[in-house]
Amino acid sequence: MVTKDPRVSIPDDWFRKKGEDRKQAEAVVRPSLSYWKDAWRRLRKNKLAMGGLVFLVILTLLAIFGPVFSPYEVTATDLRNQNMAPSAAHWFGTDEMGRDVFTRTWYGARISLFVGVMAALIDFFIGIIYGGVSGYKGGRTDSIMMRIIEILYGLPHLLVVILLMVVMGPSLTTIIVALTITGWVGMARIVRGQVLQIKNFEFVTASKSFGARTPRIIRKNLLPNTMGPIIVQMTLTVPSAIFAEAFLSFLGLGIQAPYASWGVMANDALPVILSGDWWRLFFPAFFISITMFAFNVLGDGMQDALDPKLRG
Amino acid sequence: MDVIGQQLANASSLENAPAIKEHQPGSGIATEENRKQKKTISQEIMLSVRDLEVSFKTFGGEVQAIRGVSFDLYKGETLAVVGESGCGKSVTANTIMGLIPQPPGRIRNGEVLFKNRDLTKLNKKALREIQGVDISMIFQDPMTALNPTLKIGEQLMEGLRTHHKVSRGEAKRKAVEMLNLVGISNPEERLKQYPHQFSGGMRQRIVIAIALICEPELLIADEPTTALDVTIQAQILELFDEIQRKTGVGIILITHDLGVVAKIADRIAVMYAGKIIEIGNKREIFYDPQHPYTQGLLNSVPRLDLQEEELKPIEGTPPDLFAPPEGCPFAARCPFAMEVCERVYPATTQLTTQHTVDCWLQDPRAQSVIN
Amino acid sequence: MPLYILKRFIMMIITVLIIATLTFVLMRAIPGSPFDEERTSNPTIQANLEKFYKLDQPMPIQYLNYLKSIVTFDYGPSIKKPNESVNTLLARGFPISFELGMATIIVAVISGIILGTFAALRHNGIIDYMAMTFAVVGISIPNFVLATLLIQQVAVNWHLLPPATWSSPKHMILPVIALATGPTAIIARLTRASMLEVLTQDYIKMARAKGLSPFRIVARHALRNALMPVVTIMGTMLAGILTGTFVIEKIFAIPGMGKYFVESINNRDYPVIMGSTVFYSAFLVFMLFLVDIVYGFLDPRIKLHKKEGEV
Repeated sequence: MVTKDPRVSIPDDWFRKKGEDRKQAEAVVRPSLSYWKDAWRRLRKNKLAMGGLVFLVILTLLAIFGPVFSPYEVTATDLRNQNMAPSAAHWFGTDEMGRDVFTRTWYGARISLFVGVMAALIDFFIGIIYGGVSGYKGGRTDSIMMRIIEILYGLPHLLVVILLMVVMGPSLTTIIVALTITGWVGMARIVRGQVLQIKNFEFVTASKSFGARTPRIIRKNLLPNTMGPIIVQMTLTVPSAIFAEAFLSFLGLGIQAPYASWGVMANDALPVILSGDWWRLFFPAFFISITMFAFNVLGDGMQDALDPKLRG
Repeated sequence: MDVIGQQLANASSLENAPAIKEHQPGSGIATEENRKQKKTISQEIMLSVRDLEVSFKTFGGEVQAIRGVSFDLYKGETLAVVGESGCGKSVTANTIMGLIPQPPGRIRNGEVLFKNRDLTKLNKKALREIQGVDISMIFQDPMTALNPTLKIGEQLMEGLRTHHKVSRGEAKRKAVEMLNLVGISNPEERLKQYPHQFSGGMRQRIVIAIALICEPELLIADEPTTALDVTIQAQILELFDEIQRKTGVGIILITHDLGVVAKIADRIAVMYAGKIIEIGNKREIFYDPQHPYTQGLLNSVPRLDLQEEELKPIEGTPPDLFAPPEGCPFAARCPFAMEVCERVYPATTQLTTQHTVDCWLQDPRAQSVIN
Repeated sequence: MPLYILKRFIMMIITVLIIATLTFVLMRAIPGSPFDEERTSNPTIQANLEKFYKLDQPMPIQYLNYLKSIVTFDYGPSIKKPNESVNTLLARGFPISFELGMATIIVAVISGIILGTFAALRHNGIIDYMAMTFAVVGISIPNFVLATLLIQQVAVNWHLLPPATWSSPKHMILPVIALATGPTAIIARLTRASMLEVLTQDYIKMARAKGLSPFRIVARHALRNALMPVVTIMGTMLAGILTGTFVIEKIFAIPGMGKYFVESINNRDYPVIMGSTVFYSAFLVFMLFLVDIVYGFLDPRIKLHKKEGEV
């Protein structure tokens, strides 16, 4: 055995048993943050996601206050200034009716954000009720409800949306209704999955044995723990709803003139794209893309931040 | 708990050759003749681990998973490495096998000598010529260790066909032979089946067959029976024993289960907080444990051979390996802790040719504390 | 396995029936007759028109006729183009749309899997970083924006490729790029995520312990397992690509079914809308069915259960 022998230099009085007052075996506990604080701390480290969040806050402010800074009315036509390139008077140029693209862009932002957020919220409410009931009840209720979901999932969503739009006539309400009629399915599946997972956790059983009533179990134990993936899903629903709205507008099923969403503006710009009036397409296209990008990176970042598997 | 007691009781007849109780039908080698074969352990060292230190970078800092581990393995013996989860026993196994991902892992110091080569210094290609050929590994959970989308025949044969350029027919013949060896009936048909068509115990037999197909000299088994239920555990342990008799393979058995150790180990290394704190042959560890941790470990499982009335779990938790203590890592939980224990890591005391322990209680000055 | 296929088949029939019924109900729910816009003051002409399109019969009979037309693939005449039947439009347009869709899916699957696999193997490396940047950008740019951008830059400004129509392989490049970028990005992300997960599995560790080469470990042990989730989203991805062809065909003036479909939406040409919706739905549901069967073959564990696939 090649061991350096430290015995010699150690004083004898160290070889006494430590008294009863010796320090308790102290487990070194790293500062434990709450679930949400911890997630937020990690989200803040993700620069891209934070950039997305900051952009979305600015965009929301511009959507609300942007038109205030513009001297032009959103629907005001000016036939002397048609298809003007961006200038000091018209920062984003004008369209073929002489309307100010800058003003219309912020109105478009209102519509796109409204559609996206409403679709996400309605999906959330339907999904959490359906998925929650399905997952919590279990058994036959669950299997019947899941069979229904399975069939709905197989439907080509955008086709159904198009059909609904054709029948109901294009308007902001119908877009949201059509998008949520097909959109809640994904959310319901996620909620159910989460509920099933957490239902089996010991602490639920524990509070059951203490006599807690069912609603209390759902509120106190299930809800906070299922929120992570659901919030991520909501964040990712917004860009897909914004895309769907733009897509429908592009097919001529968007909201009608004189108001305009980004999709309608892009669609209107198509005929002039070859004549070099780039600003007509650029601004709506740019904002659709960057907004979707912001929501996507934010959703990804939240997914990483909320995933307990990665907790280190 | 009863079951562990049972196993320990079985193993208590340590003088005799390990008794084999159950007979597994279809287990090809469990014949009387084979059982009588005497196990031979030579004095030749086949593997030597020296001062091994491995750490992992994580979110919270660098975890020092093993902090200076040294031991030798003799040809044909079974060395059990026991300890609580997180004590570094699996990291030791993976380091020998060359399976530490770098980064985040890092071998900070030490060497693993095998056939006059230091495995920690080999490049990946040279290492691959040893992995699966000279050294094989068996994993804890047979449910996840087999690829669900490949037939087990292919999984058995690929190691052989990668390392020894044998024909498909030859590989198949060898695969059938291996399945026979591990006691799987109808091997020809079984080769064409997928893992999900086998039970957990059967899968572990297949995993063992895969590990043995290139006839390795060293088998590292990382908790090979933990995921199995108890009757199956016994059968798998019996299988290890018989394979060792038949092939003379050296086994490093990683486990937290003292019942398993009692059954098949020749020597036992007790690990705590990334160090081997006591090592000795089975008799010495079971009947003459010197380290308070080893004693605590033995007291925390029921033993029928000792008339111990109550079980005593070890109080407290192991230290944080982000910042391991300077002194003995067990000091905070040790009923005999002295001031020296918290300040200086104990010197190694050689008790017999095989038995060593790292504990200050071995110092003559500590006599008053023991009594 | 046969039971699994049968179950999937029945699901497919039910789904098509639901879509068909939904289409029928929705179309009949539109107030007024489809001929109101024609301003045919003459009631006889109106009646004759309704007779020609079999709209004079009671609802249940109409429904049955309609179901029969679906089974026999006879969707009747167009309203706006009376001398053309929906079938002629489908026969003319669908092959082109199919070509576009197939080219897109092949490009997306191959490039997405390669990108995702390399990103996973070089986890946190430069390739991973670049691939994931591409992926998140690709998911964020709507295909119609990308399409117009490509036309303006590549076709108009640089004159590298033709800006429109579908007459030669050269013409196919831009539409396929525009349509495939989103799906490529989705597949790349999914492949990367599932590959990263598979690489931590015990059977991969075991393959390494066997001393196999890294290439063999990825190709033989990891890839097949990592691609399972990719297969499960193929169905919904196909649906996305198919609806994507509508706008792409519109932008690139490709005479596919999408172009007729968009036209029919703008003209409120109900038989064409109904016919194409049902046809496309049936096609998609059939593709979904095929995907399920492929999945069943890829995963030997499958008996009745389908893995949850998220989009």
